[in-house]
Amino acid sequence: MVDLHFLANPARFRRFSQRVLPSLGFATALMLAVGFYMAFFVAPADYQQGDTVRIMFLHVPAAWLSMAGYALLAGLGASLLVWRHPLAALMARAAAPVGASFAAVCLLTGSLWGRPMWGTYWVWDARLTSMLLLFFLYLGHIALSRAYDSPERGDRASAILALVGVINLPIIKFSVDWWNTLHQPASITRLDAPAIHNSILVPLLWMAVSLLMLFVLLVLLRTETEIDRRRLENAEAAA
Amino acid sequence: MSNHAAYILAAYLVAAAILGGLVIASLGARNRVRRELAARGLEKRR
Repeated sequence: MVDLHFLANPARFRRFSQRVLPSLGFATALMLAVGFYMAFFVAPADYQQGDTVRIMFLHVPAAWLSMAGYALLAGLGASLLVWRHPLAALMARAAAPVGASFAAVCLLTGSLWGRPMWGTYWVWDARLTSMLLLFFLYLGHIALSRAYDSPERGDRASAILALVGVINLPIIKFSVDWWNTLHQPASITRLDAPAIHNSILVPLLWMAVSLLMLFVLLVLLRTETEIDRRRLENAEAAA
Repeated sequence: MSNHAAYILAAYLVAAAILGGLVIASLGARNRVRRELAARGLEKRR
């Protein structure tokens, strides 16, 4: 197994990120281009949803990644509060806007799918409402991390919010089972086989991997910037 | 793409605007910070 502990040092992380980013950027662009081609020209129209199923190639991965992003924030929050990990606070600052953006994509694409399929852009059902709450938790995290004069206090406060807010993740996941919702139940992440035909499942998973790569790319790029910004602040404080 | 083309294209445009905008903003922020570091002699000019 690859030992990732060497990345715990911000300077080493920065060097690693600078080495990886150009090739990751190229691979992500290529994966996304193929993904869009599959989404528009390879995947067939669904027998019930028709062509609107193509929105799912964005909506579903965005939902997964916004939830995974918040789990990452909670992990980084724990890492900061328990072990005072030097990189955790910087990476959390970098990851929160990325997670918020994916949550916004999930909400807006879901809304644009809902209008032709459900006849409405929005309903206050448990899945949609808990997803909107996730978006607000991201915004709260971003605002809280910048709300104090001392960045360390902001980092601690936002880490606590990340840990408290993680309770929303199982609520999002199981909302369609616990409550009677307009949103359909899980069709891929089920204990038995996915309820989706391979002709649609393959493009969906391809787009999920492509968007995951974009997510990682953005987090690496923004973490590198946060490390440099902290160096700049330290230099200004020392001057 | 049937009569739902407007919704499908709008969804892809919205996603491209949000995620593309974030990529551009992130690259811009990195370049700004690097320029400031270089101005203080803490980073080699590229």
